[in-house]
Amino acid sequence: MSQRVTIDPVTRIEGHARITVQLDEAGRVEDAHFHVTQVRGFEKFCEGRPFTEMPSLMARICGICPVSHLVASSKACDALLAVRIPPTAVALRRIINLAQVMQSHALSFFYLSAPDLLLGMDADPARRNIFGMLAEHPELARDGIRLRSIGQQIIEMLGGKRIHPAWVVPGGVSEPLTEEKRERMLAMLPEARDITLRALAWFKGVLSRYEQEIASFANFPSLFMALVNDANELEHYDGSWRIVTSDGSVVAERLDPLRYQTFIEEQVENWTYLKSPYYKPLGRQEGMYRVGPLARLLVSERCGTPEADSEREEFFATYGEARTSSFFYHYARLIEILYASERMQMLLRDPDILSPRVRAHAEPNQLEGIGVAEAPRGTLIHHYTIDEHGLIRSANLIIATGHNNLAMNRGVLQVAQHFIKDAHITDGMLNRLEAVIRAFDPCLSCSTHALGEMPLHLQVFDAGGAVVDERVR
Amino acid sequence: MSAHPMSKVSVATVWLDGCSGCHMSFLDMDERLIELVSSIEIVYSPIVDTKQFPERVDLTLVEGSVSSEDDLEKIKLIREHTRVLVALGDCAVTGNVPSMRNPFGPEKVLRHVYLRHAPSEIVPRLLPKVLPVHQVVAVDAFLPGCPPPADVIYFALTELLAGRVPDLSSSTRFGK
Repeated sequence: MSQRVTIDPVTRIEGHARITVQLDEAGRVEDAHFHVTQVRGFEKFCEGRPFTEMPSLMARICGICPVSHLVASSKACDALLAVRIPPTAVALRRIINLAQVMQSHALSFFYLSAPDLLLGMDADPARRNIFGMLAEHPELARDGIRLRSIGQQIIEMLGGKRIHPAWVVPGGVSEPLTEEKRERMLAMLPEARDITLRALAWFKGVLSRYEQEIASFANFPSLFMALVNDANELEHYDGSWRIVTSDGSVVAERLDPLRYQTFIEEQVENWTYLKSPYYKPLGRQEGMYRVGPLARLLVSERCGTPEADSEREEFFATYGEARTSSFFYHYARLIEILYASERMQMLLRDPDILSPRVRAHAEPNQLEGIGVAEAPRGTLIHHYTIDEHGLIRSANLIIATGHNNLAMNRGVLQVAQHFIKDAHITDGMLNRLEAVIRAFDPCLSCSTHALGEMPLHLQVFDAGGAVVDERVR
Repeated sequence: MSAHPMSKVSVATVWLDGCSGCHMSFLDMDERLIELVSSIEIVYSPIVDTKQFPERVDLTLVEGSVSSEDDLEKIKLIREHTRVLVALGDCAVTGNVPSMRNPFGPEKVLRHVYLRHAPSEIVPRLLPKVLPVHQVVAVDAFLPGCPPPADVIYFALTELLAGRVPDLSSSTRFGK
């Protein structure tokens, strides 16, 4: 008899989800899915509210990456004001965004995934967590707690609180940086760098144990998409999109984020609240793309800071073509924390960072605004329209985790097929199904959002892949 | 809530319909987490791998409001198996941001997001109204804040562990 195996809830991820695996009569894997089970409807309930509320309200989408929503939302509001914000405000927003990359990646790596990597995919589930790590490898667990804390403390020093700060506002930031806070931040960052280098050394040392996981954790050709700057280096705040294939050839570049609707399309599945975007010109099979830390490393030509670049070169030289396995999201996350620590120091050392001019004041001058940034998990888009009084008419959010939905589902199927050979299923197999999802570090409280009244093209497919409904708005 | 000398106080943390910010604030206790785990054991939480809510839990912190049929089933089960239940953060205490959908109702929200094709297989149905936890089950202590600061969570936990009901009137407020 055929049977369905369900993992509910998926643990050590940020959000509510289930995994189902469909087995045939011989116990072979037929299909597998990743189901997201939460939806809140921010696009609906923000209608009619003043646009100035959006940064603080939209930050409540996610307690892990509220800063990314603050930044993308405030950028969309800058566009409504039609102002160019002061350069120091841009630099300060960059710093808080990078502090968030640091704390969020530290959460993903140390609190959520390191138990699998340190204690083993088959370790006792009762100990396979940060507290089990504290008991057996206290130095590494303490390093992780400290690294996340440094990122959070920088956010607090800038924004006034660690979670849901309100300091990033339409037109810039609400208060300039003080000399005293700058010195405190600069004093903390070398420790973050040292912790990250220790973690990298440890991680590189254990990678040889994970050949099976590297081979099967969403390891297939796909596109990769991320923002890059004019020199094709890592970019988390501005820049343009670049899309490359798994072998590194460029599919598109200098894509203007403001024109996202011309090249991103979304599909709805009946079994998940999370929609699946894809790159429109190539269709939904060939157009599957991945975003986030690994995508950013693969899409850019270099990081743009010395120590991160040397780690990136070593990673590329060691793993060659295998570097596109999603298992390496963990590796990319560590390299990106290193980049963030270096880049924050560069930004903080610029004398202009203490300038008191940090906010442009204006009334709304445009009725439509789009804001884009790289969140820890990938490209994030906020798109608002307002009426003459500045009240929200519509909001569209495309959230980092959504971009990875097609690849996460393919990844769950690949892991299931790789490890499950008959109906005999072990805890270690089930944990690997969850671990492939953890590699992507999805943020599901963020991700279940969608188009709203925007001119987007939506397609609905049946189980056989045929289009059963289609809308163009 | 003094523990048996040999056994630790069992603590669960649960995330219903919220943003995980309260859980992040819990983790913001940083190194104090290391000190806490000498007297408590986290038996169920998004950050550990237990899939079933345990038979008996001394203290459960609940983040988020009750928004779906899953949340409803979960919170009733949790109440039944928990000695002291704490509503952690504004969504659990008042409904907060998730309840902003209440004036529209779930159908309008789903239609807005998915057009006519709201997902219906395996995913839980949304309730007609988003509810704060205390409208569904009895709550023993309330910890407001969006999120409650880590210092306040730490203070509340240590008070509860010492068998006292924490007085939070001066340390946190809604939206803080």
